[in-house]
Amino acid sequence: MAKKAAVKVKEGRIEEAIIGFLKSLLERGVVEAMVIPKALPSQDGFVQTLIRDPEKLNGACVLSPTMPVQSARVISNLTVKNLGKKVAAILKPCEIRAAVELAKFLQVKLDNLYVIGIDCPGTFEVTDYAKMAQEGKGGESLTKEFLKGMEKGEIPPPSGYVFRTACQMCEYPVVDSTLRVSQADVIIKLFGYKTDQEIGIEIGDKLEKEVEEKGILSFADNEPASRNEVVNKVIAERTKKRDALFQEFKGVVKNLQTFLDRFSTCVRCHNCMVACPICYCKECVFRTAVFEHDGDQFLRWADRKGGIRMPPDTLIFHLIRMSHMVTSCIGCGLCDSACPSRLPVATLFRSVGDRIQKMFQYVPGRNVEEVPPVASFKEDELKIESGAL
Amino acid sequence: MAEFEPRIVAFLCHWCTYTGADLAGTTRQQYPPNIRIIHLMCSGAVDSIYVLKALIDGADGVLIGGCHPGDCHYQTGNFKARRRVAILKGILQQMGFTENRVWLKWISASEGKLFADTVTKMVEELKKMGPNPMKQLWNA
Ligand code: SF4
Ligand code: SF4
Ligand code: FES
Repeated sequence: MAKKAAVKVKEGRIEEAIIGFLKSLLERGVVEAMVIPKALPSQDGFVQTLIRDPEKLNGACVLSPTMPVQSARVISNLTVKNLGKKVAAILKPCEIRAAVELAKFLQVKLDNLYVIGIDCPGTFEVTDYAKMAQEGKGGESLTKEFLKGMEKGEIPPPSGYVFRTACQMCEYPVVDSTLRVSQADVIIKLFGYKTDQEIGIEIGDKLEKEVEEKGILSFADNEPASRNEVVNKVIAERTKKRDALFQEFKGVVKNLQTFLDRFSTCVRCHNCMVACPICYCKECVFRTAVFEHDGDQFLRWADRKGGIRMPPDTLIFHLIRMSHMVTSCIGCGLCDSACPSRLPVATLFRSVGDRIQKMFQYVPGRNVEEVPPVASFKEDELKIESGAL
Repeated sequence: MAEFEPRIVAFLCHWCTYTGADLAGTTRQQYPPNIRIIHLMCSGAVDSIYVLKALIDGADGVLIGGCHPGDCHYQTGNFKARRRVAILKGILQQMGFTENRVWLKWISASEGKLFADTVTKMVEELKKMGPNPMKQLWNA
């Protein structure tokens, strides 16, 4: 059972309170390094950083308003080969869920990793944020607005801007002890808290004793009464948006022809695949000899239809990418953000993912003990009478 | 106009369905000639890429044949094939391709008649459906 604590916020300096807590984890040797977002010197963007010196945590931004890379990838790089020291990582719920999926594919090792999850209000496109910063709508004042808004779950983006579509439709805004997302060792709770006075922290089994013994926190089993209500409200809004987008998508993609019409501007750059934290194949099949053919073979295909699009295989690319990873798609929307043609890749993957995940009662990112549907089977399932599966 | 003759690409496992197809031949079972057989060691070796490539490049239907559950020569290849096919079909359905043009069938080495009946039935069904719209997409 996770233990709960509240951290007092002095003079409305919310980020400072959170950073103070994180610093104590580093200073007292609970962990030896920390992965945390930080603003770039140019102040118009954020990146994940790996920090050893507690002092360098000053100016870190726990609620980074952008997601230039999916941190599950960062975590994968960091943990998969010989990580001997304890490292904590501040991750958004979708990053935790992606890391959990990668752990199942043996591309993240959780042994020495301490996951610090944080409630997420949503993120902006990297380029939008850069513009916001230039217009003076970013930085500390934005984070402050975010943190204040999370008390009631009302977080209006600066005028003229919207959250990334994937965030608008993300029904996992919290790392909750009710196990909407379970694999966190520390949870920083903001929704429903009077954040200018206090924020909530929850410590899981792995760290509970150490955190108490080292006097970093003292536990008290309380939480503002409004937290659940606020979280449920945010989830309900996002779910509504998700369903509306699914509906809209279904209206547009009625069959494969209309899908190709909607995706007519796909330039087959494969950016969506490169940005996706889940795409787990070490070598993508689309970049292997499987898709290199004899010239005569291309001619035979062209013969059959009179002529074909070149290079071919755009439809197959999307369908096969789905068949490999759609059961694990956690809806982070990095594919959307990476698409030069601004195609609704994430809506497509989430809409298809929804169906296939339900087929196997699978919730990606829920629990590291679960086995992904593509890597398992049951003997007694999927009856196939008379050809119809 | 000549009647539409569907083209079926069949991926058959060596140990069961391919041998069953052979038996259908040697025992002179009648079945329509609309099928092109590709011989694989196991239904578990059928990648969804092959299935889609066939459908996009000219097939009206794809038949995947493997050993009955429990009989796969490689223990579990057929179970893996079944998941793969289920996922592929689910994806296609969600994208509005709802016609049942991909069939997965367990046919053993001794079931020559079942093989012939399956092909006959599949050809009938595909005739009802008409040509596969996917194979007409030059821009796929
Ligand atoms: S497909 Fe898109 S939304 Fe899904 S996990 Fe990959 S990048 Fe994220
Ligand atoms: S990123 Fe966009 S344009 Fe590039 S392959 Fe993916 S969908 Fe197509
Ligand atoms: S050997 Fe026949 S299905 Fe595997």
